[in-house]
Amino acid sequence: MLNVLFVLSGLTLAFGMLLGYAAVRFKVESSPIVEQIDALLPQTQCGQCNYAGCHPYAQAIAKNEADINQCPPGGEATIQALAELLDREIIPLNEEHGRHDLPKVAIIDEQTCIGCTLCIQACPVDAILGAAKQMHTVITNECTGCELCLPPCPVDCIRMETTTEDIEDWRWPYPNTYTTTLPGS
Amino acid sequence: MHTMWSGGLKLKGYKTISNQQKSITAPIPNTLIIPLQQHIGQLTHPVVQVGDKVKKGQCIAQSKHFISAAVHASSSGTVTAIENHPVAHPSQLATPCIIIKTDGKEEWITHHGTSNYQQLSRAELRDRIGKAGIVGLGGAVFPTQVKLTPPSDTRITTLILNGAECEPYITCDDRLMREQASEILQGMAIIAYILKVPHVIIGIEDNKPQAYQTLQHALSQTALFPQLNVEIIQVPTIYPAGGEKQLIYTLTGKKIPSYELPAQQGIVCHNVATCFSVYEAIVKGIPLISRLVTVTGQKQGFNVRTLIGTPIQDLLDYVAYHPTIKHTLIMGGPMMGTALSNTRIPIVKASNCILLQDTPPFEQTMPCIRCAQCSHVCPVNLLPQQLYWYARSKEFDKIQDIHLFDCIECGCCSYVCPSHIPLVHYYRYAKTEIWNKEKQKQKADLARTRHEFHLFRLEREKKEKAERHKKKKTTLNKTKTDAIQAALQRTKAKKQPTNNSDKNTMQNDPNPTDSHSQVSTPDKDKSLL
Repeated sequence: MLNVLFVLSGLTLAFGMLLGYAAVRFKVESSPIVEQIDALLPQTQCGQCNYAGCHPYAQAIAKNEADINQCPPGGEATIQALAELLDREIIPLNEEHGRHDLPKVAIIDEQTCIGCTLCIQACPVDAILGAAKQMHTVITNECTGCELCLPPCPVDCIRMETTTEDIEDWRWPYPNTYTTTLPGS
Repeated sequence: MHTMWSGGLKLKGYKTISNQQKSITAPIPNTLIIPLQQHIGQLTHPVVQVGDKVKKGQCIAQSKHFISAAVHASSSGTVTAIENHPVAHPSQLATPCIIIKTDGKEEWITHHGTSNYQQLSRAELRDRIGKAGIVGLGGAVFPTQVKLTPPSDTRITTLILNGAECEPYITCDDRLMREQASEILQGMAIIAYILKVPHVIIGIEDNKPQAYQTLQHALSQTALFPQLNVEIIQVPTIYPAGGEKQLIYTLTGKKIPSYELPAQQGIVCHNVATCFSVYEAIVKGIPLISRLVTVTGQKQGFNVRTLIGTPIQDLLDYVAYHPTIKHTLIMGGPMMGTALSNTRIPIVKASNCILLQDTPPFEQTMPCIRCAQCSHVCPVNLLPQQLYWYARSKEFDKIQDIHLFDCIECGCCSYVCPSHIPLVHYYRYAKTEIWNKEKQKQKADLARTRHEFHLFRLEREKKEKAERHKKKKTTLNKTKTDAIQAALQRTKAKKQPTNNSDKNTMQNDPNPTDSHSQVSTPDKDKSLL
């Protein structure tokens, strides 16, 4: 009787140690939830969600401090992706934060620019090039269209332009099939 | 000998409308509209300016990128504009084009070729083919010189010439094989020489017996280099027999896996019309400035040698085709072609056919009844019905798992669907959505790294500023203490003699001050508390 107890507890101990060792040795690093949320956000860094950027917003969502519908640039697609990741209900975009719009880029009117560098300091992705008292220009490919450069400009020389669709980026529309009515119905 | 893939359709060919008479040559149009992008790959940049006089065959746009194809003036004249103009594309969007007002003089730029191509290095031949702007003329318009440069670790063992021309109505390759058989074989020999291929198979659908016989005859007449082994094989007329992977399977029995190129299996496939262009470029020095276009769909069809950039209206006028509101105008074949919205669109390198048909009656789309006819006809053995469900519900991860990107958009599934569901449209929609998501993700990733660097830079600058401040402070303090020290030193130096006498007296005394301080300290502490 006692032998059995010893053997069983010995086995339990041995397997427990083996499992414990395996848990440490073969640990799978899964990316924390904040990074997974951040990966779904559009990275415009515009702050329309009332957080200082996409990563802080991702942290707030992870802590359940913010809802998943506060990102206008991401729009419906981002809400859908977040809902799927976090297993939540799909909810419509909270329009207090802004409306989902076509992608835009900032354009600096180089004739009016006085070279004050204020927009350079405001740009969250360092996409504006220039120096003090020199003309500034936007690196269009890197501009996220966040509009953060607009308010600091003292001469209002920055405008937002909708990016034009070229053939390369054109997408087939969702097939427009009419709601079907069966004959006789 | 051939193996057969499953699926496909036996379609009515309508080939005799246009393949009974010799090809004709279209006149020079008043205006040429030449798009900068007529190929898969990088956009070319114009090397001429508005107002420039250009000669026939002159290069007017090129790119430094490897995967690109130069563009040439199809006739002599003056560049009147470089502007966006609508082209044959389902989006109906305009792309940059060079507009040339022709002068009708057909003044050629100096050009020369050589029939002694074996004297040239392979790299030189590839370069000449690239500079002649040659692209795959079967429809994919992939730059030919890229296909002639296989990766160094792959050895090409078989060259396949695609003369299947499987879509109904189209007969331009058929006519070309009948009329220019020996030129096609010479072009083929050049390609075989460049790729060092010992074995060539020419695949022709068995509904083109004349083309087959002409090529056989030409093969016995043409002197090719002796170590080249050429076979001409007739393949069954089942649409899409001319699909690249389908034809390779029929002729060699090799299946090309998903996401793999035929070159990885030692096979390269070229269209017969591409071979003819290679011949023209190398032997005659003529770049790709014209192509054979089938104009068909009415009682009488034609094959017309047309300059690249000719507006479709000019071509239709020439063959007396008059589209009305009742007609549908298609570039390409009835299965895979693009419907055109207007006739100012130019003929490009990809335009193998202009089809003018009576608009078919409108078919109401009905719900899917899961009859699985689409699965039976799919030549790639996909599950079209399942693809449709996933595309419809925008489940783009799942749709890729069932091999959406293996779909060749041949249109067999849509053709047989009894509910008239536009299946291929759904697949194209899903494909472009997935590509767009991929692009968006890349853009977001770039923005993320840029933002992270921005934050890092701010942090670094803050640190550097603090460091500078600290350094300044310490140096300031140091100079201050140094000055005090120096002053103390000076006073010390002045007091030196008196100090010495003090020391001597202190050594003699029993030192009462120390004992006093020891007693007094606790009191001091207490008072502090």
